[in-house]
Amino acid sequence: MFSGVIKGLFRPVAHFTSEFGRIWYLLMDTAYWTFRPPFKFNYLFKQMEFIGVKSLGIVIIAGSFTGMVLALQTYYGFRRFSSEGLVGATVALSMTRELGPVLTALMVTGRAGSAMAAELGSMRVTEQIDALTVMALSPVKYLVVPRVLASLFMLPVLTVIADFAGILGGYFVGVKLLGINEGVFISRMVKYVELADIYNGLAKAAVFGLILGVICCYKGFNTRGGAEGVGRSTTEAVVVSSVTILISDYMLTSLMF
Amino acid sequence: MDDSAIRIVDLHKSFKGQVVLDGINLEAKRGRITVIIGKSGGGKSVLMKHLIGLMKPDKGEVWIDGVEITRLKERELNQVRMKFGMLFQEAALFDSMNVFDNVAFPLREQTNMSEREVKRIVDERLKEVGLLGFTEKLPSELSGGMKKRVGLARALALDPEIILFDEPTSALDPIISLTITDLIKETQTHLKKTYVVISHDVLGMFRIADTVAMLYDGKIVASGTPHEIKRSDRGEVKEFLKATKIPGFGGGEL
Repeated sequence: MFSGVIKGLFRPVAHFTSEFGRIWYLLMDTAYWTFRPPFKFNYLFKQMEFIGVKSLGIVIIAGSFTGMVLALQTYYGFRRFSSEGLVGATVALSMTRELGPVLTALMVTGRAGSAMAAELGSMRVTEQIDALTVMALSPVKYLVVPRVLASLFMLPVLTVIADFAGILGGYFVGVKLLGINEGVFISRMVKYVELADIYNGLAKAAVFGLILGVICCYKGFNTRGGAEGVGRSTTEAVVVSSVTILISDYMLTSLMF
Repeated sequence: MDDSAIRIVDLHKSFKGQVVLDGINLEAKRGRITVIIGKSGGGKSVLMKHLIGLMKPDKGEVWIDGVEITRLKERELNQVRMKFGMLFQEAALFDSMNVFDNVAFPLREQTNMSEREVKRIVDERLKEVGLLGFTEKLPSELSGGMKKRVGLARALALDPEIILFDEPTSALDPIISLTITDLIKETQTHLKKTYVVISHDVLGMFRIADTVAMLYDGKIVASGTPHEIKRSDRGEVKEFLKATKIPGFGGGEL
């Protein structure tokens, strides 16, 4: 009975470590195939369009409304000690250091990561991935490398756009709606936000891109069991990526700042 | 060089304690059609996946053209895979590409052919399977039988030595089944390649097979010409053929 308890406690740990190990292995495999010619730029560009260009809309909406609500909330806080002038700096710092990268990563996971997992999953269950293997072609090279690289490259780009949209949203609410002095709003922002804040945010975004690309591809790639399996792996891809992004966000932030 | 393209020696495979292949011995002759017949879920697909290195056996050997493949590394295995073409059960066409690009895919990725040469070969292959006018269609716009024909054209694209067929007539109506089996026979007569077919379609496959091997309970219980198999005294063979209820097959009746 005692050994049963031990086993019961140990099983989730064993499951977690073996999943982590296999995701790591896929990441290494992806790195290996990334640098092996011939390079498939057309597949990469197609994925960059899918992950990057087509996510623009939701990233802009998410970014601008977050900036707007941040301006609103901080305004009510700062007004108590008459420091409304700091609203701009606060919005800009929050967006570039934290909310820009994290929100973008979560939105892209929901939109493009789920689609990646579903597409690869249905390719797995309809034997299209086996078909590549039988043709003596590496499925990792053709399917995983373009997706992981595209999300690695596009996440920082989308983050810049989200940061900009957020600051613009904050400006609109702060200056136009709440009547903060425009000069103070902007000069404080310029004074307190350093380039390092932006760079570190973008470095985080790149790491998030790698995380969501590899995890979503892994989940799609290892789909089992028909349509139901595709649904399951899509859900798992989004949940595991999002949680990993949030956890690694804390770790990266504590290392960087 | 001996005349067997594929030789399987004492192949074992089990999944979570369930024995699927229990000592398979089998030979596929060069330039002939070998049909492996057996009931659904009897390990036929598993056997086929071993032939091309998609699965590793627990024990046993698989020889392809004199090379034992079960212990090869992925890169060496890919050399062997170049000899193969395969038609998957649901055709496994890439659904993001149209018919032309599907058939052209192995040519573009595995050779340095000019696009003109690629087009010439794709047209030729599509003509062989009777789908020349369908190059722009996407797989989702094709019927099951048409998908299989495109799959066959793709399997033949690189002119492989050995072509594997996973249930080529399953999920097709009797008339389309007949055209697919005829197409298999025609292309084989014309190209003289080694064909290995797994199927439970007794009537169709006995028409085209040079050799029939029956898989039963993880073992090959009988193998020979279709005529020999029909006359076999083995209980398992008789039982399977009888269950088809086809006149002339082991006591089936109208």
